[in-house]
Amino acid sequence: MDSSGLGVRRAAGFVAPALLLIGVFLVFPALWTLYIGITNYQLTGPAAANPQVVGLDNLAEAVRDPLFTNSLWLTALFVLFSAVIGQNVLGFVLAWLLRSVSPWLRRTTEGLVLLCWILPSTVVAFLWFAVLSRDTGTLGLLLGQPETSWLVQYPMTSLVIFNVWRGTAFSMLLYTSALAAVPPSQLETARLAGASGWQTVRDVVFPHIRGHVLTNTLLISLWTANDFTPFLLTSGGPNHQSEVLPVLIYRQALEGGRLGYASAMSMLLLVGNLVIALVYLRLLRRRA
Amino acid sequence: MAAITAEGLSTVYPNGVRAVDALDLKITDGELFALLGPSGCGKTTLLRTIAGLEGATDGTVAIGDRDVTRLQPGERRVAMVFQDYALFPHMTVSENIAYPLRVRGAAKSVQRETAVRTAGGLSLGDLLDRRPGQLSGGQQQRAALARAVAASAEVLLLDEPLSNLDARLRLEARTFLKKLQRELALTTVFVTHDQAEALALADRIAVMDDGRIRQLGTPREVFQRPADTFVANFIGSTPMNLVPRGSEIIGVRPEYLSPAAGGLFTGEVSIVENLGVTSLVTLDCGEDQIGYVVPEDDEPEIGATVTVDAPPARVLRYDRETGLLVR
Repeated sequence: MDSSGLGVRRAAGFVAPALLLIGVFLVFPALWTLYIGITNYQLTGPAAANPQVVGLDNLAEAVRDPLFTNSLWLTALFVLFSAVIGQNVLGFVLAWLLRSVSPWLRRTTEGLVLLCWILPSTVVAFLWFAVLSRDTGTLGLLLGQPETSWLVQYPMTSLVIFNVWRGTAFSMLLYTSALAAVPPSQLETARLAGASGWQTVRDVVFPHIRGHVLTNTLLISLWTANDFTPFLLTSGGPNHQSEVLPVLIYRQALEGGRLGYASAMSMLLLVGNLVIALVYLRLLRRRA
Repeated sequence: MAAITAEGLSTVYPNGVRAVDALDLKITDGELFALLGPSGCGKTTLLRTIAGLEGATDGTVAIGDRDVTRLQPGERRVAMVFQDYALFPHMTVSENIAYPLRVRGAAKSVQRETAVRTAGGLSLGDLLDRRPGQLSGGQQQRAALARAVAASAEVLLLDEPLSNLDARLRLEARTFLKKLQRELALTTVFVTHDQAEALALADRIAVMDDGRIRQLGTPREVFQRPADTFVANFIGSTPMNLVPRGSEIIGVRPEYLSPAAGGLFTGEVSIVENLGVTSLVTLDCGEDQIGYVVPEDDEPEIGATVTVDAPPARVLRYDRETGLLVR
């Protein structure tokens, strides 16, 4: 196989820098995480200088740790409500409705939704503080209850709504292009038969875009499960009430200093991601 | 069963194109009616306006004595077969055919029964559990027709019903379509850009151009006495000879011209095209090219001088200014 005509040696020369970067910044840290996951490596203290291999003790501890199981549950809720349901449904509804509105309204809406997506997380987090904070928050003032501290009193709900707001653009874009692939004559046939909007979506649109739905759900589920932005809004608090897995791992590693233990939990998160991916691939294959 | 009446009907697209322009039309009950014209003439838009898929900008459409201008497509009791058939790929033939019933919430048994009965009538009985992807083009077309018939609509609309079939199948499907329409006696409107298809199928034809009807008549009327030079040019498998003479244009079909001792045109044979049973001969008559048709084995030599004539009744005269038929 030498499709470029360069010769294997020279081709390898061209690829080498990229492989080196991937190796140093991606493969090595991943393997390193696996390694320190089986040690009692600490940020400070004697175990920082001489970490001991403890085998699967970290994993066993994590599974029994109420903080971890709490976090796993919160992550599942976060993925389910903000990604699988929230972004998916809102993204589809936007894509579906924007087909039939005037071009300027469509472009404006798409622009605003995209803006939520492309702004840097830190900027967005500050914007949401301005909206949700106590006493001076925009939402509190609008609703006439400035004493409510939304992020403290309703931390998970706030995070879910925030993530829907933040991530819907991707689903909207994906569904917009998926809907463009549904033959108009089939939609019109349904219309002539007297099908309602919901019947049309169920009978005509959904079977066409099923693959897109699964791919989209897979991507946004993984992104949401690994999302670190919740840390910027609630830092996992109050009292671990919004401590999704990436936040827990960060706090264990850098606030608790238990690098080995946090790495083991990262491995569990990775396994969780793999399970989600396998389930979707299964569903995708069953379609074909 | 119902007539279709359009009065002052206009459909204007948001970009300002008047696709259908103040059009009056009455299609009688049970008729097989063709909308014929070149692409962009508004024939498909007119069909879609009758279906309700395009909103009328002005005027009214009525089906029977119901004014349907402001009704949703699903409330008009019309069924339409699209050029690409628009079968749902994930449903079986049976489910496709029964879809209009499913939408209305008919019982599963009723759906299946109707599908079986309708499919039987269109010789699709053995294919009920196949998916559209497993059908030939002709079978797909019949499945789409079956779905339209199963909707028990009052009006059947067909958009370029034969254009997706290959040439040989097209002839077969044409005969089938005409037979089916006779059996159902369902008011049927079809759109085509193929004049031969319109002539062969339709009870009456509306020849359209630029959003208006240029001529409305039976195939015979439209073929023998085109109302203007546009229709004259458009209808006929070989284009009509249109020769300016003073303030008039002489129109005569190549099929009606034959060699004679003296007559309308004299010229030199320049081209002979074999059409099978006949040949089309082109004469150079000074500035004009005159075509006429001769039987096979009767072709003149290239370069020979020939005079051709037609029976007086076959010679049409058009006004040179307006292009309208004078006589």
